[in-house]
Amino acid sequence: MDLVIDVQGITKRFGGKTVVNGLDMQVGRGEIHGFLGPNGSGKTTFIRMLCGLLTPDAGSGACLGLDVLRQQAAIRLQVGYMTQRFSLYEDLSIRENLDFVARLYAVPDRRAAVAESLERLGLAGRSRQLAGQLSGGWKQRLALAACLIHRPKLLLLDEPTAGVDPKARREFWDEIHQLAAGGLTVLVTTHYMDEAERCHRIAYIAYGSLLARGTVPEVIARAGLATWEIGGPDLPRTAARLRALPGLEQVVAFGGTLHVSTRDRARAQASLAEAFRGGAQRCAEITPGLEDVFISLMGAARDNFERGAAASETREEAPRP
Amino acid sequence: MSWFSPGRLRAVVLKEFVQMRRDRATFAMIVGIPVVQLLLFGYAINSDPRHLPTVVLDADGGPYARAIVQAMRRSGYFEVRDHAPSEAAARELLQLGRAQFVLNIPVDFSRRLLRGERPAVLLEADATDPAATGPALAALSLLMAGVLDRDLPGPLAELHGGAGPVELLVHRHFNPENITQYNTVPGLMGVVLTMTMVIITALAITRERERGTMENLLATPVRPLEVLTGKILPYIAVGYLQISLVLGAARLLFDVPMEGSLALLYAVALLFIVANLSVGITFSTLAKNQLQAVQMAFFFFLPSLLLSGFMFPFRGMPGWAQAVGGCLPLTHFLRIARGVLLKGAGFADIAPELWPIALFMAAVMAVALKRYRRTLD
Ligand SMILES: Nc1ncnc2c1ncn2[C@@H]1O[C@H](COP(=O)(O)OP(=O)(O)OP(=O)(O)O)[C@@H](O)[C@H]1O
Ligand SMILES: [Mg+2]
Repeated sequence: MDLVIDVQGITKRFGGKTVVNGLDMQVGRGEIHGFLGPNGSGKTTFIRMLCGLLTPDAGSGACLGLDVLRQQAAIRLQVGYMTQRFSLYEDLSIRENLDFVARLYAVPDRRAAVAESLERLGLAGRSRQLAGQLSGGWKQRLALAACLIHRPKLLLLDEPTAGVDPKARREFWDEIHQLAAGGLTVLVTTHYMDEAERCHRIAYIAYGSLLARGTVPEVIARAGLATWEIGGPDLPRTAARLRALPGLEQVVAFGGTLHVSTRDRARAQASLAEAFRGGAQRCAEITPGLEDVFISLMGAARDNFERGAAASETREEAPRP
Repeated sequence: MSWFSPGRLRAVVLKEFVQMRRDRATFAMIVGIPVVQLLLFGYAINSDPRHLPTVVLDADGGPYARAIVQAMRRSGYFEVRDHAPSEAAARELLQLGRAQFVLNIPVDFSRRLLRGERPAVLLEADATDPAATGPALAALSLLMAGVLDRDLPGPLAELHGGAGPVELLVHRHFNPENITQYNTVPGLMGVVLTMTMVIITALAITRERERGTMENLLATPVRPLEVLTGKILPYIAVGYLQISLVLGAARLLFDVPMEGSLALLYAVALLFIVANLSVGITFSTLAKNQLQAVQMAFFFFLPSLLLSGFMFPFRGMPGWAQAVGGCLPLTHFLRIARGVLLKGAGFADIAPELWPIALFMAAVMAVALKRYRRTLD
């Protein structure tokens, strides 16, 4: 496969705290790769290292066939980076922002490119409006247009749809899929499960370490999770009761139901059979969803991380001679 | 990939121009600071105070005494409010600060004057602020001699000349009008530029960082030199606008003479403007936020104001202060501006003041280029 991103062991520390920990990533041309993980897990930091905004402390690899450590300037020319926080100029108009970016990338036939971009955005009529006066959703679309104007080969999108309404999100994703069909590679972070399911492949990180990767069905299958859905009256009390039972790793409210998940299927089944004998509640095994898997991964990672932190603390407290 | 592209520089310059135009507060500062400073230094902070309240104790009541009081009124320095009823009352006015001066004319003043006995006229001054009373006292001693010259009748003309009828301490020896604006207004040009140019660019990069736009800018191919010069160039025009404002006012409001070539002054000002813009841009690469940048700008502005020779005569300062002052661009620009405007200096005269400014600018720009970060690390 023709790899656009191919990096190994990428590591970043901020003042002794490891924020990205030996991350590998391979993304092929034309692929939409989802990048998920809880807040503060290091997604933004990783993306910034890919486009040369941060220097990795360790690791190596290539982005668009260029060395990520030494050819950052050349990488920048072919990457479109949409920042998590709106980072165009609020005191410039929509057209002025696009024009500025186009000039910086020396886009050939700039006027036409800006006009076309405005047309595709559906903002041709409001091109004189200041960017700061746009609503959140429109700002995101402007930001996307700005990072596409120089026709990059790789698109890095950091939570591009945070705070965007469902219809706009769907349109956004339709456009991403069109672009990918045209050969553009996309790495996109998100906290939305439905968006993760729209990616060709996903990677899930927590505490800077990679926990899972693959297509959505692969990630779900590899987690080895068994999940039951419980419906009926008085769910909060049931949830409290279930949490006390052995073998049930997570009990999570999902709308009008509870999802109970575990990696120890046999024990959980016994506990549940005991708990629901003759009750008014329904209990049925279902295929776990991505969200069940992520919650489970996050919990396991937290346990690991805390155990690791505790271990290093005890090491520090080792008796001195 | 080229390390400098005129196209990218143009992009940054255009963007800065548009932002400057939209930023009302900055624009107000650009025009407001020269105007306010001109009015403050040109009119309000006047080291030649006039209309000082004066009380007269005229025990003589003769025409010569009245002539003296009249002349004092006309001089503009003294505002003769009233004739006090008694010496005690007059002293109290002085004590309370209601009067700056009390003029005592003795009983037999006219008679003794006509006899040629050089009677004494006592002027009691509230000398708390010597700067306030000095010019007035100096003016008075000149004026006494003049008045009596004219008023003494023919046979007494022999009393003319020589020692005047009253001896007053003279603080200043010539230029009875002492027009401080001549000296202040050209200097003000340099002060205004130092203040605004440094602050404007000091905010330039910290603002990008604080608003989050830096992340986007860094992700584009734009190079440090392009960003730095792109942020300096638009403000050169602003600097010239300010110079024109101050020079216009100097001409129209204060009648400051312009002996030398204005073209020369405008040409040389470019170096000074760019030097100050470089200081600001350097501060903005060093500061963490806009507040810090403004503080740094003031930290630079104060010594410039105090040690450049604008506030205090340069030669009156101790050696170390002169050494510090000698490094600052304002010191040299003041000499250039005063030289060209007041003394008609030509290029050869001001050339020695140019290279210290250029050296200062080069050093400061080197720091900026070194400190400008290409990453967010
Ligand atoms: N410049 C920095 N200096 C110090 N710490 C930093 C810096 N940038 C990020 N961090 C820390 O690194 C960790 C990872 O941050 P990062 O922004 O990469 O997370 P994220 O996965 O993007 O989170 P979110 O989903 O909330 O956007 C956080 O704990 C953050 O506090
Ligand atoms: Mg983030």
